[in-house]
Amino acid sequence: MLICAHHLAFNYGDSRILENVNIDVEKGDYLVIAGANGAGKSTLIKGLVGLKKPQEGVIHYSFEHKSNGLGYMPQQHVFQKDFPASVEEIARTGLPRDKGFSPFFSKAEKREVLRILNLLGIGDLARKSFSTLSGGQQQRVLLARALLASRELLILDEPTAGLDPLVTAEFYQILGTLNAKGTALVMVSHDLKLALKDANKVLYLQEGIAQLYSKNDFLQSEIGKKVVQK
Amino acid sequence: MTLLTEMFSYSFMVRGFIVGFIISLCAALLGSPLVLKRYSMIGDGLSHVSFGAMAIATALNWAPLSLAIPLVILASVILLNLSEKGTLRGDAFLGLISTGSMAVGVSAISLTKGMNIDVTNYMFGSILSMTQGDVYLSLVLGALIILSFILFYHEIFAVTFDETFARVSGGPYKAYKMLLAVLTAITIVLGMRMMGAMLISSLILFPAFSAMQVFGRFYQLIIASAILGVTAFLLGMVLSYFYALPTGASIVLINMSFFIIFYLIGRRKNA
Repeated sequence: MLICAHHLAFNYGDSRILENVNIDVEKGDYLVIAGANGAGKSTLIKGLVGLKKPQEGVIHYSFEHKSNGLGYMPQQHVFQKDFPASVEEIARTGLPRDKGFSPFFSKAEKREVLRILNLLGIGDLARKSFSTLSGGQQQRVLLARALLASRELLILDEPTAGLDPLVTAEFYQILGTLNAKGTALVMVSHDLKLALKDANKVLYLQEGIAQLYSKNDFLQSEIGKKVVQK
Repeated sequence: MTLLTEMFSYSFMVRGFIVGFIISLCAALLGSPLVLKRYSMIGDGLSHVSFGAMAIATALNWAPLSLAIPLVILASVILLNLSEKGTLRGDAFLGLISTGSMAVGVSAISLTKGMNIDVTNYMFGSILSMTQGDVYLSLVLGALIILSFILFYHEIFAVTFDETFARVSGGPYKAYKMLLAVLTAITIVLGMRMMGAMLISSLILFPAFSAMQVFGRFYQLIIASAILGVTAFLLGMVLSYFYALPTGASIVLINMSFFIIFYLIGRRKNA
């Protein structure tokens, strides 16, 4: 068990938006968090990565959270799109920095960064300027950064927002491959059809209630049929 | 040449030169992360707070820095934390703080009689007002900032690029932000009396923004920004001495021309 959380409740401002949320993420899981806009998906993700304290309930992690047991891919800020930095430099910020302060990275660290970039098919862009990349390439760089932080568990908040359908499909393919190699994924997604190809669990948020389904149960449920048909 | 020697034969010029050089360097270094994080206007807000604090201190007959430094540090920490959320509140609050402190400052000055000279000094700066104490303080500040940028380069980079990610992956990200807030505050307070409350934020904005037009890497940006800031100071100083112009304004004029040149180079590069 990587994450084990029971009876979580979250407020947004003063109003309770989520209640009695139960989440179990096991090794190799691929959990999709879905629901309408404003259902509390992003709030829940922020809770899971420790950016927002739940009003009730506790989240247990099987790893030391603060030493990079989890790779997080937040939604991209507008200003990051033209940030003056190379692909390599940005990916490196995912590396654990627990070896004290040094302005330099070791050879092994640089090799690891390049290995992950190659894994995601962007090794040849390592020295390119981040701002010159396409939206899909930028998202891969941020995915690489998250992977450098953790190979065990990635938490992604709408990673394909704003990408065109073709690039989105490619991105989900990469996620599927990573998951098949053993990386657990927890992801907020609007592209349920694509996500459900490889996912094994769905957490559906609706009117403050979070219902956890296995993929097949979800596909056969009322809401599942409705959502996937769209 | 003889004019240059003459310029440095005055001890107040030498003091102003040292403090100004270091402040320009510090402001330009801090400028890169501040401008990239969309905190550009914090320098402006802080200079107004600094103005208010110094006016009150003068009215009470206290040493200006003893009140200004702690107050501006406090304001800096509050403002950096507020604008973290990028909400309307943070933006409006910056305006409230800066106009509010300006009003307090102006009132304090008008209630104290016989202080008209100081107002212009605080508004538009004066190179003559640097004391030996300012020289020491700026030397310490300069050393601190340069050391921070060398030792914590990657941390500053990470926090500037993506604070959310930096927070999640642990590490004392809050400490870096506090460090940035404190160093910015001291730079503003020290630089304000040279550049004036109205112009000090230009030292933070111009070099970084000019460099950004041309350079595409964070380290290049920081180095180029530092060089631009210091060069603009040197040329501005000479301009001000020879044409009897206010120092602050002269430095901004040079910075403006640098910006135009870099903007044109940047456009050609991207075309």
